[in-house]
Amino acid sequence: MTGVSTLSSGDSRIISSAAVEPADRGGRAAAALVAPMVAAACALLLHWGLPSRQSPLPTRLYPMLLAGLLAAAVVLAAVHRAWPRLRPWARHNAPLLAGGIGVLAAWDLITLKLALMPLPYFPGPDMVLVGMVDDRGMLLESAYHSLILLFTGYFAGVAAGLASGILIGWFRGVRYWGMPVLKVIGPIPATAYIPLVMALFSNAFVSGSALIAMAVWFPMTMLTASGVANVPVSYLDVARTLGAGRRYLIFRVAVPAAMPSIFLGLFMGLCTAFLTLIAAETVGVRAGLGWYLKWQQGYVEYAKVYAALIIMAAFFSGLMTLLFAVRDRVLGWQKGMIRW
Amino acid sequence: MSQLNGDATIDDGSSLSLSDVAKFYSSADGSRVHALHGFSLSVAAGEMVSLIGPSGCGKSTLLRLIAGLDRPESGALRVGDAPITDPSAERGLMFQDPNLFPWMSVRRNIQAGLVARGVLHRRRREVDEFLRLVGLEAFADHYPHQLSGGMAQRAALARALINHPKVLLLDEPLGALDQFTRMKMQDEVLRLWRARGTTMVLVTHDIDEAIYMSDRIVVVSPRPGRVEIVIDVALERPRLRNSQPFLKLRAEILDLLHFAGGGSDEAVESAAGRFRGRQS
Repeated sequence: MTGVSTLSSGDSRIISSAAVEPADRGGRAAAALVAPMVAAACALLLHWGLPSRQSPLPTRLYPMLLAGLLAAAVVLAAVHRAWPRLRPWARHNAPLLAGGIGVLAAWDLITLKLALMPLPYFPGPDMVLVGMVDDRGMLLESAYHSLILLFTGYFAGVAAGLASGILIGWFRGVRYWGMPVLKVIGPIPATAYIPLVMALFSNAFVSGSALIAMAVWFPMTMLTASGVANVPVSYLDVARTLGAGRRYLIFRVAVPAAMPSIFLGLFMGLCTAFLTLIAAETVGVRAGLGWYLKWQQGYVEYAKVYAALIIMAAFFSGLMTLLFAVRDRVLGWQKGMIRW
Repeated sequence: MSQLNGDATIDDGSSLSLSDVAKFYSSADGSRVHALHGFSLSVAAGEMVSLIGPSGCGKSTLLRLIAGLDRPESGALRVGDAPITDPSAERGLMFQDPNLFPWMSVRRNIQAGLVARGVLHRRRREVDEFLRLVGLEAFADHYPHQLSGGMAQRAALARALINHPKVLLLDEPLGALDQFTRMKMQDEVLRLWRARGTTMVLVTHDIDEAIYMSDRIVVVSPRPGRVEIVIDVALERPRLRNSQPFLKLRAEILDLLHFAGGGSDEAVESAAGRFRGRQS
């Protein structure tokens, strides 16, 4: 009897709170969804309403971008209304969109409108957009070259790091000789090898990818080895009583158990690979985003420098997101979600 | 069950004989700890033997030695006629912790032994049989962290059995389960034992479990571990947990363990003597 009464009182509390909350939450959701529209409208008014104090005078590209963002905000609100399943997604992204538009407007304000930052080093958003559109062929080609170089070096480094990491992690003898080598040469930044690599390989692509591979190899080896060496003995014992041989123990037990650690190595390797890629492209390689950056800097074309930086940001964060997606898929067996 | 024991030939690799086995461990300060000393025991093919005794008496060490995961300092371990040198799929081992591979689904865990021996393609059908046997068909694609303790232990049981081991070593496999699940699992293990004639060695802390399950109970003394006394459980199967003979045997073993745990040597001897008199 008491159980029933507690239950019903609990129910009524839930009902009453449910009656209050949706209005409040709905109001907040509406505000969140309207925010990007308001931000885009304000940015447009600001751009058209205030006189420009820098030359050249702005083109129509920046207003077109803002109009596009305004349209995106409207689409987001429509999605929120029409598609209940995407509602949390829309609600999550609306404030971020508004914030992004706010940053654009602030940038426009302190450069073109108020001329607080000196040209040619700090062009406004319109100039950067113009640079990006004018040089789109070159930028795409540079991004393509960077991607090829990055992938060649990264995958070579990952493969080498996995192999040496498994050997060092599993075999005592290899660990004895391998660890000192790793400890001595590992911490040297790969870019310090630029003179050596350039002397070894006459081909700039080969030397560039070798450099990236070296940069990736170290964290990959370190983290694979520690993951493999720290596999719980109980898993190995179980596998041995199931009739497992060495191959099974290494590739079906030790390596899968080391996967969380291996993914840490993949992330750290990707970060050092970006760093080394840009460094390699600014010295030897005559193509790619790093090279483009340096080249445009030489001509004091800062609008194009920023354009290249924006492309680079999109390109690198895209690859990171991809790796995160792969990790979430491969490590789906882990309890809970790892957050880093 | 004696029928089954009699039918099994001695040499088929399912009987165990341990003679004068000793095992040391080096502790942190460098001194040697005797885990086992002069341990001798024979287990007939198809027999179910329980090892009971206080913590740290080397029962788990003994199972690891039989499994081939560790080597003894001295003494001989044989399975059938062959000395035990390495782990083998013929001798399955189940721990208190199910130790399922967390990166494999339940199905992949259960078929691990077949994959490890490269026979999965021929025996894939059996995986479904074992899933059904332990009642986990609906959870075949779940990962271990999604299972309850009892389900995980059933999956571990299926994984240990899929190789059809001649000897199954059970290291407190049911110790972490609640009372109801444990009693159910005991019946489960007994059913499998009866159906397959697998030789089983069960380490347990639970005296009821030892009496309910085994043909013989081996009481192991601590530090160094050796056989204190062997008790034949001459109760008819299926056993009733609350029958008079069951409870009487239970009281006697409790009495014995009390002395074995903290009493003087004479007290242990006299209690053991009372037992031997009754058993013979």
